Amino acid sequence: MNSLEELNAIRDKKKDELSQRKDSQNLRIVVGMASCGIAAGAKPVMDAIIEELNTRGINDIKVSMTGCMGICRLEPIVEVIYPDETRVTYANIDAEKAKRIVAENIVNGQVCTDLTIEAVQNDDGGK
Amino acid sequence: MQLFRSHILVCGGSSCTASKSEQIIKEFDSHLKANGLENEVQVVKTGCFGLCAQGPNIVIYPEGANYFRVKVEDVKEIVEEHLVKGKIVKRLLATGDKNENTNEDYSANSIEFFARQMRIALRNCGVINPEDIEEYIAYDGYQALGKVLTTMTPAEVIELVKKSGLRGRGGGGFPTGLKWSFAAGNEAPKKYVLCNADEGDPGAFMDRSILEGDPHSIIEAMAIAAYAIGSDEGAVYVRAEYPIAVKRLQIAIDQAKKLGLIGKDIFGTGFNFDLSIRLGAGAFVCGEETALMTSIEGHRGEPRPRPPFPAAKGLWQSPTVLNNVETYANVPQIILNGAEWFSNIGTERSKGTKVFAISGKIKNTGLLEVPMGTTLREVIFDIAGGIPNGKAFKAAQTGGPSGGCIPASLIDTPIDYDSLVALGSIMGSGGLIVMDEDNCMVDIAKFFLEFTVEESCGKCPPCRIGTKRMLEILEKITSGKGEEGDIEKLEILANSIRMSSLCGLGQTAPNPVLSTLKYFRDEYEEHVFEKKCRAKVCKEMLKYIVIDDKCKFCGICAKNCPTNAISGEPKVPYLIDQDKCIKCGLCETKCPFDAIERK
Repeated sequence: MNSLEELNAIRDKKKDELSQRKDSQNLRIVVGMASCGIAAGAKPVMDAIIEELNTRGINDIKVSMTGCMGICRLEPIVEVIYPDETRVTYANIDAEKAKRIVAENIVNGQVCTDLTIEAVQNDDGGK
Repeated sequence: MQLFRSHILVCGGSSCTASKSEQIIKEFDSHLKANGLENEVQVVKTGCFGLCAQGPNIVIYPEGANYFRVKVEDVKEIVEEHLVKGKIVKRLLATGDKNENTNEDYSANSIEFFARQMRIALRNCGVINPEDIEEYIAYDGYQALGKVLTTMTPAEVIELVKKSGLRGRGGGGFPTGLKWSFAAGNEAPKKYVLCNADEGDPGAFMDRSILEGDPHSIIEAMAIAAYAIGSDEGAVYVRAEYPIAVKRLQIAIDQAKKLGLIGKDIFGTGFNFDLSIRLGAGAFVCGEETALMTSIEGHRGEPRPRPPFPAAKGLWQSPTVLNNVETYANVPQIILNGAEWFSNIGTERSKGTKVFAISGKIKNTGLLEVPMGTTLREVIFDIAGGIPNGKAFKAAQTGGPSGGCIPASLIDTPIDYDSLVALGSIMGSGGLIVMDEDNCMVDIAKFFLEFTVEESCGKCPPCRIGTKRMLEILEKITSGKGEEGDIEKLEILANSIRMSSLCGLGQTAPNPVLSTLKYFRDEYEEHVFEKKCRAKVCKEMLKYIVIDDKCKFCGICAKNCPTNAISGEPKVPYLIDQDKCIKCGLCETKCPFDAIERK
């Protein structure tokens, strides 16, 4: 890194990539994969999302991992992020629910309202 | 029965019929035929969906796509796009492409847990991909380092951190800027910058989460600290028990090196900084600064007396700055937003925010970050969701085994360094363990003391022998053999250990006992004099008995009892032989009628 300009160039390029222009349809899917998420089963969730996207031949959606959001009780957490950075946060996700998210939210553009963090936060899930 | 791959549900309620849903059904039939789908897709007329204002309503399964305000002319497109190509016609969707019609927020911010937090140290956790340096850069990562190196002198950096009021987040709360200025003032050919990620107290996991979720913020802050004190080398001391954190930190260091954000001549300013990871074996004492450095040097992790302080003689006898993970995570934001911004958050003497790892009897186990001065009540009830199962809040332990408990009567205490010390606890690194009415405070004190006895390095006698003796007294009390004078002995021991131990581990080890004695002395006295544990935790003082009225003579308890202590016959309530009973509690869990009680 020789100069600040170089850093700014990377920042601007990546910013564009992360929050694409409005006309783009590209969503991002982020899976919480800190220790808490992994322990709660984030790996099979991530695999299921990738598998489901592949099965449906969807290849313009970026799936990545992130750290702990803080609410470890509700892991695994999956977020669908729209180009304008609005997010839908799903909690207590397993592989089956992950496939549903791909089918309903990604393919059909409909939020799975019964899986959102708000919907499941009062559900103790047997814990 | 014929199977259809898709079903089109068209509302046949009167309102939708008024908006031509009958014609829509006819139109579907003809277009399905035209595309040869009449045997694959079934059109069903349904009753009212209840959203007449948006009619005619159509739902297509299996996707569950809701189309609103469908016109006859739209049908062709729906058939060709949705049913033939499998592409949803987004412009007709009930919610639009997103939720534009409803204004509903489905993000994490829609729940109170997130809405009431203020995230500075955790700003990127759960937001960026920790294994992609470019995402960190996109969120203004390394801008603070750039600003510091290109526009500020080391003295200005220290002044800024001093002004911000940032204090060490590892527990002690020493002003960070002051610490840096001591190290900067000591001239030496070599200086070191260290990060303490040896998070070891039970119930604390904020450092791990930051390293796992935002490792670059630590790297950036350490480079800034190095520039400020005139160092060119740093190390992160992290326990090997955190494999994911270690892996992600290593990836982050490698990526930063590759981009030249650490290494030689950073930003072309001539500043060099190299960073490595030092793995610890997971000893609690290595979170103490001198023990940590002894461990890095390759010796057994034991503390040494201070002074000399690390800022004068630290790692390899060189001036050293050692800060905690969370402290570092705040630094880049302070540089970018200014000292004033940071010092406006929090209380008079505790600035900024604090991350808490909340666990125990609490609904939302997890990590939260709130401004200093937020009350315990807000944290426990408003943000973390309160106590589950309708139980009553009894106390919260801050600072883990080095801290103390705060009873329910003091729940409106603002959380900052000084208020907690005044209550006999400490901020600690931020572990917050919540206890309800089912927790026995003597048992809790015993638990933490067991931990410190286990983790005492053994170098100084007060800690090595004293904590062990205290534990023995506590074991005596909790097993129903407590005698008059035991509580006083505990107090004498606690005070002498506190005053004479070599390092922080021993000096703070009696805190859980002292603070539970301060607020729950009556529980200790009950154990000693009445041989009673009100929370029904201490086994030796418990009795399992059958409630005669509830017993249905099924005999399940007797069948499950491992010591055959339960006897009975039809129509006579069962009886537990207290001499044989080992208080395993199996009968209580197995009884289908809740007829067994702990007393």
